[in-house]
Amino acid sequence: MSNGGRYRGLAVLALVIGLLPLGLPNAYAYDIAINAAFNATVCVGLNLLIGYAGQISLGHAAFFGLGAYASGILTGRYGWPPLAALVVGAAGVGLLSWALARPVLRLKGHFLAMATLGIGIIISIVLNTESWLTGGSDGLMAGDFSVAGWTLRGDRAWYAMAGGLLLATVWAAGNLIDSPVGRALRALHRSEVGAEVAGIDTARYKALVFVLSAVLAAIVGSLFVHYAGMITPARAGFMKSIELVTMVVFGGLASTFGAVAGAVILTVLPQVLTAFEDYETMILGAIMVGTMIFMPRGLLVTVAGLVRAGRRR
Amino acid sequence: MLSSFVQYLFSGVTIGAIYALAGLGFTIIYNASHVINFAQGEFIMIGAMATVSLVGLGLPLVLAIPLAIAVTVLVGVAVARFAIMPARDASVVTLIIITIGVSLFLRGVAQVLWGKGYHALPPFSGDVPFQVLGAALLPQSLWVLGTALVVIAGLGWFFGRTLYGKAILATACNRLAAQLVGIRVSGVLLASFGLAAFLGAAGGIVMTPITFTSADAGIMLGLKGFTAAVLGGLGNGTGAILGGLIVGIAEAMSAGYLSSSYKEATAFVIILAVLFFLPNGLLGRAGTERV
Repeated sequence: MSNGGRYRGLAVLALVIGLLPLGLPNAYAYDIAINAAFNATVCVGLNLLIGYAGQISLGHAAFFGLGAYASGILTGRYGWPPLAALVVGAAGVGLLSWALARPVLRLKGHFLAMATLGIGIIISIVLNTESWLTGGSDGLMAGDFSVAGWTLRGDRAWYAMAGGLLLATVWAAGNLIDSPVGRALRALHRSEVGAEVAGIDTARYKALVFVLSAVLAAIVGSLFVHYAGMITPARAGFMKSIELVTMVVFGGLASTFGAVAGAVILTVLPQVLTAFEDYETMILGAIMVGTMIFMPRGLLVTVAGLVRAGRRR
Repeated sequence: MLSSFVQYLFSGVTIGAIYALAGLGFTIIYNASHVINFAQGEFIMIGAMATVSLVGLGLPLVLAIPLAIAVTVLVGVAVARFAIMPARDASVVTLIIITIGVSLFLRGVAQVLWGKGYHALPPFSGDVPFQVLGAALLPQSLWVLGTALVVIAGLGWFFGRTLYGKAILATACNRLAAQLVGIRVSGVLLASFGLAAFLGAAGGIVMTPITFTSADAGIMLGLKGFTAAVLGGLGNGTGAILGGLIVGIAEAMSAGYLSSSYKEATAFVIILAVLFFLPNGLLGRAGTERV
């Protein structure tokens, strides 16, 4: 995307986030909006990995879960201040994902999918089993998020927090994509060998974006546990990882705003269609298959293309 | 001491036989089309659940089982026709997402049709266990192993002795060349999905009297089948069978000797170890990559 286009997109996103509260009627609507912003932030990070670097992770919910559990345990059990817990959780996930990155990202395609999936499932089994620390399948409670005596409380404050974080993430992701790192990622997506021949240390860049997306998921997880007041192992499980990938794919691979759109739509949709709750898994599956077959570049890119084609006519 | 070991071995080999059949399903589809079918586990579930339903309608097992297998094979062929074929030349990541989507879709349909509860089938020939070396061996375990052996022998015959089997092998070797000698490769894709669905359904049905089944049973079974296929060397049939037995036995042993809550993690620890240290699996040939 050109620089002008990017800033226009960023301005539109800022405007939407800023004006949305005028249209949010109640606490329930705020809750959906906050969750959508959290999901969108994770998806922007995951999209760097899937959409730009062409790798896949079927275990990202585990990183989200680890961040949330780190915060929940450190603040609740050991009385740490929330911000310190968040930083330590993010750093821990960063270390873990960095250690995993080289052996995992050496794998390609099916094997990479399987390895990330396996890591995610192992982590969620550990969270489920070590109940002396994690509360087991009942989950873990967490208190408010407060920094230096100031406590984040109420829908508006949390909305501002989640919206601000999303905006900052989109801005940072845009900068990264337009930087040499972004070009390296796109090059290795096209052809890993080609990128290596051009002098790009592909292993390093893949590891970098993997760690970045994992840490981002962990940070959002840390905030989420304070916002929601609790976390369960299911939030770190395989199905959540698949949901995240679906959001990215549905909105549009290799499009930051697509990832945001995908996350927002797929967070809001189940809330609106509560009558179809029993059909949720089925609909999610149909969306994944349908998107990949009929609009492999995702909703946003496809719709934008149609609009452009319509204008030209 | 010995008796509990033998007991774990029995249960490991029994469940391992199911993983082997699922692993073979992965192998057949992978060979025919280079697609990893993450919906393989759903075939196991559909075979089992359809049998439960048909038996519930009052059909005898001998009728319910072939009907349920036929339903599953139809589902398998439909998956190939409506989800895989339209995206035939898509990237690996796209195909992974498609087959995961198919798996969610089938599971969602099963949840709507059959609810989320567990279902059981009566054992095929009583439930009085045999005593072997102090351990109890369920007659149903023999059904599982017998079925697996018959199916595997049948597959060997199909691929080694029949024209259709050889056509699938030829396509696996070289798609273009197979097309040139007059093999309909799209038919091969459909057939491989049908065959994989058949293997899954057969395994799922004979296993249900022991383990029960539910709409959500497919995920883990499928992933473990994939572990079996990768452990044996992706694309290698014998390897998939060996891999299935190893995963099954390892799982039963870790449940028995280590911790039953970490039993489910065993297969994933194995697959990570294989992927990190033994990427070609036990029997796979070292791959080279064309640029």
